[in-house]
Amino acid sequence: MNRFGYSRAGDVAGAVRERAANGAAAFIAGGTNLVDLMKENVARPERLIDVTRLPLRGIEEREGGLRLGALATNAEVAYDERVRARYPLLSSAILAGASPQLRNAATTGGNLLQRTRCYYFYDTATPCNKREPGSGCPAREGVNRIHAILGTSEHCIAVHPSDMCVAMAALDATVRVTGEGGERAIPFAEFHRLPGDTPEIDTNLGRDELVTAVDLPAESFPTHYTYLKLRDRLSYAFALVSVAVAMELDGGTIREARLALGGVAHKPWRDREAEALLRGQAPSPELFARVSDATLRDARGFGGNDFKIGLARQAIRRALSQAAAGTPQSQTDKRVQ
Amino acid sequence: MGHIGTPTSRVDGRAKVTGTARYAAEYVAPDLAYGVVVSSPVARGKIRAIDASAALAVPGVVQVFTHENRPSLAWFSRSWQDEVAPPGSPFRPLYDKEIHYSGQPVALVVAEEFEAARHAATLLRIEYETLPHATDLGAAREEAYEPRKKRSGIPPPAKPRGDAQAGYEAGAVKLEAEYRHGFEHHNPMEMHAATVVWEGDGRITVYDKTQGSQNCQSYIHNVFGIPSDQVRVVNAYVGGAFGSGLRPHYQLFLAVMAATQLERSVRVVLTRQQMFTFTHRPDTIQKMALAADADGKLTAFRHEAVQNTSRFEDYQEAVVNWAGLLYKCDNTLFDYRLAQLDLPTPGDMRAPGAATGLIGIECAMDELAYAAKLDPLEFRLRNYSEIDQDNNRKYTSKALREAYHIGAERFGWGRRSMAPGSMREGGELIGWGMATGVWEAMMMKTAANAVLHADGRVEVACATSDIGTGTYTILAQIAAEALGVDLARVTVRIGDSDLPKSPVSGGSWTAASAGAAVDAACQALRKSLFKLARGMDDSPLANASLDRVVFDGGAIRLADDEARAVALTDVLTAHHLSLVEEEGAASPSMISSMRYSRYTHSAVFAEVRVDAQLKVVRVTRIVNAVAAGRILNPKTARSQILGGVVMGMGMALYEETMPDHRFGRFMNHNLAEYHVAAHADVQGIDVIFVDEPDEEVSPLGVKGLGEIGIVGTPAAIANAIFHATGKRVRELPITIDKLLD
Amino acid sequence: MSDTETLTRLSTADADGESVTLTVNGERHALRLAPWVTLLDLLRERLHLTGTKKGCDHGQCGACTVLVDGVRMNSCLQLAVMRDGCEITTVEGLAEGGRLHPVQEAFIEQDAFQCGYCTPGQICSAVGLIREGHAHTAEEIRELMSGNLCRCGAYTNIVAAIEQAMGEQAMGEQPAARGDGR
Repeated sequence: MNRFGYSRAGDVAGAVRERAANGAAAFIAGGTNLVDLMKENVARPERLIDVTRLPLRGIEEREGGLRLGALATNAEVAYDERVRARYPLLSSAILAGASPQLRNAATTGGNLLQRTRCYYFYDTATPCNKREPGSGCPAREGVNRIHAILGTSEHCIAVHPSDMCVAMAALDATVRVTGEGGERAIPFAEFHRLPGDTPEIDTNLGRDELVTAVDLPAESFPTHYTYLKLRDRLSYAFALVSVAVAMELDGGTIREARLALGGVAHKPWRDREAEALLRGQAPSPELFARVSDATLRDARGFGGNDFKIGLARQAIRRALSQAAAGTPQSQTDKRVQ
Repeated sequence: MGHIGTPTSRVDGRAKVTGTARYAAEYVAPDLAYGVVVSSPVARGKIRAIDASAALAVPGVVQVFTHENRPSLAWFSRSWQDEVAPPGSPFRPLYDKEIHYSGQPVALVVAEEFEAARHAATLLRIEYETLPHATDLGAAREEAYEPRKKRSGIPPPAKPRGDAQAGYEAGAVKLEAEYRHGFEHHNPMEMHAATVVWEGDGRITVYDKTQGSQNCQSYIHNVFGIPSDQVRVVNAYVGGAFGSGLRPHYQLFLAVMAATQLERSVRVVLTRQQMFTFTHRPDTIQKMALAADADGKLTAFRHEAVQNTSRFEDYQEAVVNWAGLLYKCDNTLFDYRLAQLDLPTPGDMRAPGAATGLIGIECAMDELAYAAKLDPLEFRLRNYSEIDQDNNRKYTSKALREAYHIGAERFGWGRRSMAPGSMREGGELIGWGMATGVWEAMMMKTAANAVLHADGRVEVACATSDIGTGTYTILAQIAAEALGVDLARVTVRIGDSDLPKSPVSGGSWTAASAGAAVDAACQALRKSLFKLARGMDDSPLANASLDRVVFDGGAIRLADDEARAVALTDVLTAHHLSLVEEEGAASPSMISSMRYSRYTHSAVFAEVRVDAQLKVVRVTRIVNAVAAGRILNPKTARSQILGGVVMGMGMALYEETMPDHRFGRFMNHNLAEYHVAAHADVQGIDVIFVDEPDEEVSPLGVKGLGEIGIVGTPAAIANAIFHATGKRVRELPITIDKLLD
Repeated sequence: MSDTETLTRLSTADADGESVTLTVNGERHALRLAPWVTLLDLLRERLHLTGTKKGCDHGQCGACTVLVDGVRMNSCLQLAVMRDGCEITTVEGLAEGGRLHPVQEAFIEQDAFQCGYCTPGQICSAVGLIREGHAHTAEEIRELMSGNLCRCGAYTNIVAAIEQAMGEQAMGEQPAARGDGR
């Protein structure tokens, strides 16, 4: 871990100003990812701007939806009565991730900015385009069973590790940020990026911008939803594949449906074309198989992760059935519903 | 009396639940400096240049040690060989510019503060010249060889019996298959650490994470030339080891080197990543060829294994030495080979050899049972061997048949339907599988002493260790039983090289060995105390003999008139003694060893539930019936088996260290991606101890429990997965990708 | 030197660090600390509270779990300066006088540990879990204790110990979980 300066931000404007003034500074809140990366010498900020004292922790009603303060911890959001009642998908996804101790410290804003678990990104003894642009991507032909099958580039096949974000992507949340230029709202789908030629850049957040909140829209999918996570042990492991589904049924017909995947791409993966196949249809195994195939039509493996395509195909079908039936996956009963 | 065999809570429990039990990195010393290790990013090559200037410029940095400024060290390989070293030339930290494996320690940065050392370690600039390397056993197996020099304590494969080829060809049903499991790392929760306290007069006190304080003491003496009487090694508490602490590792070397060079106290704690850089369970490929006749009797058993070792030592395990113990077969062939890779030398990891070998044997037996259309348990019973065929010896005891029956009964094995995929509940396939476990019941020469103090306190001491196994507790029980005092009156001192001689704690031999030594010391103390008691004025024991008295309730009593007694404290008072001390020792009987084979056995039954489409595997039930001789403490004994089963689950389903052969480097070197079983994975483990009186195996009738719990568990789970899914996965761990269609 | 002697030494590098006040197990510490000192290293190396264990130093094992204002967290990922003003409870702070916390008692009774190294983290985590109130069944305990690895494999006994402690608490036989820092 390198040496760094430390300051405690008193207000959002001050925090943003300080960050803008120092290109090598970083915001820190829960620290559960950044401190880890600093110990690995992967992140080497010159200065840490502690934003934990900013008044961004509340969870508030807003235009029929909820505004989650960027500093609300993962546990606070997951166990919030309003979130549980109205956005159980989000609650479920958060509880599928990390551990209770980590969820007690990790924040909503920090979770959005989590970095990949790619082995090569974490190991400074190996090249990595995300860590050192231009050094190469050994994962493509290396140990890659945890890597991406969708939206990869020749420079990077890393995946975004968050569970929470997969649910937020499905819910069409909005990320609220503040920078020197003022506030702006970023639709969730545009927040994270695909690696392309710049795998070192994970998100479209401006360098001086601070995440202040995540807005959940009014449409909340309280009954037909699921978060199905598949991993290498039954808890406390990152997703190999995860599927968030949110549905609105009208009688026997799917009125609205959202499908987001985790563990398969550099960002939570939404495929609106595939989702569109669901609308106006009656739930059926055949329909779900079609949607699953459509979602994965461009999927490609790199050897060790080839299995993820088949796994995702089955997982999408199952998750769609769970959501349609109103029998969401339990995060404690490890039997797949 | 009544201490042995009674479920007893750990005597060190309070220390452990209150955080007062101290582990290697937790001793304080004035002026303590901190060492942080720098590891090689390359797998093979030479250090070309080291620039330590930036590191040395960090405020608080005291010194950067590398091969360029190391002190003079022992020259001969023999000096570097510890008491459990395999044949070869042990790795020497910071010895020269040669890089033997990725992760090799190349420097130690010492600073006033841990944080300064950690920071400075990132500033060290080292240039390497790289050389070609190999870390792939699959490729290296072509050059595998039979180890020329055998590792002490590891019997070479048994000689062939009959004609395995002819027996195979004659068989009515046959199986030929290859099984493999990848590299595993011990990953005890405590990272390896050493605190070396510079005592100021040339003496050092070393707190090391080790399974053998005296092994480390002699290593320090041999390598650094420090007289043994100036080195005390303490390992009072060991935060798990599972074999990782059998040999002295580089944290010890580096901390001792820095402390003696700087003449101040130094602490070195490895990182979790560095826990993947000094020992591992080797990658193993097993080739099995079995055949049976129409009655389901084995006609051939061929077991060949190849494992990796390093370039500099021939580490060996007993992988192919088990079939001849378990199954009657007249035509056998066993073969064991090593292949060298550019990795650190592998090391013993919980049931080394057996945990591995019984995967090949027990999965192959399951496959052959299916080929013979026989229930897997019935197939084993038909081939049950009453003797050790390889040595033509009887067993001191072998209640494996009882273990099979009791385990099957408890599990409900009789309700199993044979066909794979035939048991279902909702969307889940249910699989029931079983396997046999076997491990050596060893005993090693060990010494102990026992002291009675004037206030009635008993103190027993031995240099053995408690690595979580419960040694403190069973030794207290043995002493309390022998001397007839309350458990609370007994203090156990272990984990200190100053104490009576003991080998490393490993091989499941500690209870039998240290237990017998402590018992011998207590028996000697009984004799002395009785003599002293009889010599007291008007002693009620004046005309008694030792076999006519009992030690009970803190007194020596006439067996047939317990009211006539002398309190132990009165014995000392009467003779104006502050204490009475006796020594004891125990060794295995050579005659008995030649006459009998001695093994622990188990029958493991596993239930898995597998999602029919998604192939998520849940282990919902395990019954492990263990025949291990006398059980000293059913409470801690059960925990030993639980632990073995959980690690066996890891071996079956989760654990694998994945190398990138291009870098010759393990990539998932952390606890987030090297998966050990977590709370959510573990439920429903039922441990049964089968009654197995055995006066022959060791003085206390004890066989040892540290390892048997893992043996057989992986195969039972793999066989259950086959029963559930119809799919044979012969490469462990059985991760989801291997089960998907 | 004796095993029990403790030393209080603050780092030279910390002299011009940040000023931080922490209450640890009820005792107030006014410290100057460099910002890169983690809460775990502060506890172990500077305050000599070595009950809290370093098992991975990366939030992947749970051995370093402590209660921060009553909430369980991995102390290895917390920079101490950021917890200025907080109340920290470690395993050393759970017993009251000579009387063990019910969770500690239950751990001994159920043989819920072997080597003991993950144990303080398991115990602090269990105290946090009980306080959070989301676990009511063995299944829920297992899931919500999954952030604490135990390589000795004492899991089933740990769950039994937590059930025992929860049962005692529910029956009111024991005082409410202490050590929540409030």
